[in-house]
Amino acid sequence: MSDLAVGAGRGTIELRQLSKRYGKETVVDSVSTTIAAGEFFSLLGPSGSGKTTTLMMVAGFAEVDGGQILIDGVDIADVPPQRRGFGMVFQNYAIFPHLSVAENVAFPLRARKLPADQIVSRVRQALELVKLERYADRFSRELSGGQQQRVAIARAIVFQPNVVLMDEPLGALDKNLRFQMQVEIKEIQQRLGMTVVYVTHDQEEAMNMSDRIAIMNSGRIEQVGRPAEIYENPTSNFIARFLGEANLVPGTVEAIDAGVAALRTAGGLLLRARAQTTLRVGTAAHLFVRPERIEISAGHAAPGAIHADANVANGRLTQTSFLGNILRHAVEIEPGIAVTVDVQNSRADLFRSVDQPATLSWQTDDSVILER
Amino acid sequence: MLVVPAVVLLALVFVGPLLWFFIRSLAELGGPAEIASHAWAVVTSRAVLTALSTTNWISLLVTVLVLVISYPVAYYLATNQGWRFSAVLFCIVVPYFTSIIVRTYSWMVLLGRNGLVNQMLLKSGLIDEPLALLYTKTGVLIGMVYVLLPYMVLTLFAAMKTIDPSLMRAARGLGASGFHAFTRVYLPLSMHGVVSGSLIVYILAIGFFITPGLMGGPTDVMIAMLIERSVEITFDWGGAAVMSLLLLGATLVLYSIYYRLTDVRRMMGA
Repeated sequence: MSDLAVGAGRGTIELRQLSKRYGKETVVDSVSTTIAAGEFFSLLGPSGSGKTTTLMMVAGFAEVDGGQILIDGVDIADVPPQRRGFGMVFQNYAIFPHLSVAENVAFPLRARKLPADQIVSRVRQALELVKLERYADRFSRELSGGQQQRVAIARAIVFQPNVVLMDEPLGALDKNLRFQMQVEIKEIQQRLGMTVVYVTHDQEEAMNMSDRIAIMNSGRIEQVGRPAEIYENPTSNFIARFLGEANLVPGTVEAIDAGVAALRTAGGLLLRARAQTTLRVGTAAHLFVRPERIEISAGHAAPGAIHADANVANGRLTQTSFLGNILRHAVEIEPGIAVTVDVQNSRADLFRSVDQPATLSWQTDDSVILER
Repeated sequence: MLVVPAVVLLALVFVGPLLWFFIRSLAELGGPAEIASHAWAVVTSRAVLTALSTTNWISLLVTVLVLVISYPVAYYLATNQGWRFSAVLFCIVVPYFTSIIVRTYSWMVLLGRNGLVNQMLLKSGLIDEPLALLYTKTGVLIGMVYVLLPYMVLTLFAAMKTIDPSLMRAARGLGASGFHAFTRVYLPLSMHGVVSGSLIVYILAIGFFITPGLMGGPTDVMIAMLIERSVEITFDWGGAAVMSLLLLGATLVLYSIYYRLTDVRRMMGA
């Protein structure tokens, strides 16, 4: 089977200036990145951001209009999908309805003309890996969504590909099952050491599973990095807003000194935060801070309480949402500017009702000033 | 309740006259014993046996030819949209709405000794003498294949439309060649269309009468033509009734198979 697989090496993927146009519209716009062998790499973005098209070009189902795809250093432009040797998991599972679970899993092996005894043992191993041994003779219509997903995964890994491409594989599952499958897919990926390119629009999914995430927006990669890195250090408003909850307080950059910028809000409040590298004095900008990094207390702080390494803002509580493990407070620090603050639900009632004075504070290090 | 008028109408104009025809015609022969012996004589007569075998062979050949021609056409329809789809569908469906006699005479114009087809072949130098296309089995096959094509194309198309296109993509993504993907995925998934379409075409073909009558030679006598001759020429109404019952029986058996197949499919949710 190794002669069939182009990526018979280790499974590094390099995209060079990859582009795709449909008519006049550029849906993928010179995307470049390198995915290491054995890496779990997610393409994350809203619908229409080009993530699925990028994956389809790697798979060979969409023609490349510009740029190159290299697998272990070899350009695969002229290789048809069936000879690229990737495992594939599709959005709607694409389980063959006329074949049993075992025959579905055997499909890639039969396509590669493996001897019958090898097919039997490999199918059994793959089904054990996804815990479906007992369902070998069932048909897809007799399986739940989660089980169908397992079949699709078993079918994608049964021929031991170095690279597995997954297109929103958990999109149709309910939330609890989705989390469980995330853990299982990650486990399988680590055990088999394969490269996974994973397309999703679910940021929690991407953060939970990925070694690195590329966030795509209108055909371009906006930022690539480890989940925590992107979460803590978004490089744009789009990223800040797309990944998790974010506060973005508008203002004007007043000073930049040693990587720390000061932002003056419309109401005259001065806030300090790490400066984005391209930031310039006098420009409009946003202060970014995560809701869980802000501390909240009842009442207003005394004027002398301002600390050099922290920002302090007085405001008025306008709303409290009960989210179970979290209490989400909305505090208006200036007319029209509400800041969201998440507090662990510890059963201590901080506020009895809305419309009370509140003080917010957060470390300058926990916030970034981003160009608007 | 809404089907009552339709049922009444069918009973009055179709089932009633049919039963009347059978009862009257068979009663002419005498009692049950006479009917049985006459029926046996008719069924085992040389003319009927030959006609049955001709009918079966022509119908089988037509079914196979129609299937072979229709499959790619239906596949094209199922995998294309826009004007290409509309254009091909138009070409398939329009003859469907045209009188069968008009269509058959059109073919006779084309296929005759001095017809368009022979003229073109002679002019191009491919043949030296005109081909005997009309009044032969070839003529019957061409005419019947043409008339029955839409039934097969539309049945296959309906079956192929239910095949999720992502399955073919999955097959190729998992390493299957185009041929392997077709034989292991697409063909099995379209098989119920192949079976349904073949049954419909075969059922319609065994009752064919006008096309083989006009385009066939003297030896291409199908069972429906024999029935017509019994009534019109030899005035053997009893024989005609026996042969009609035979044809009706065969049709009903095939139809029940067809019904069973489509029913099973519905149960499977396909």
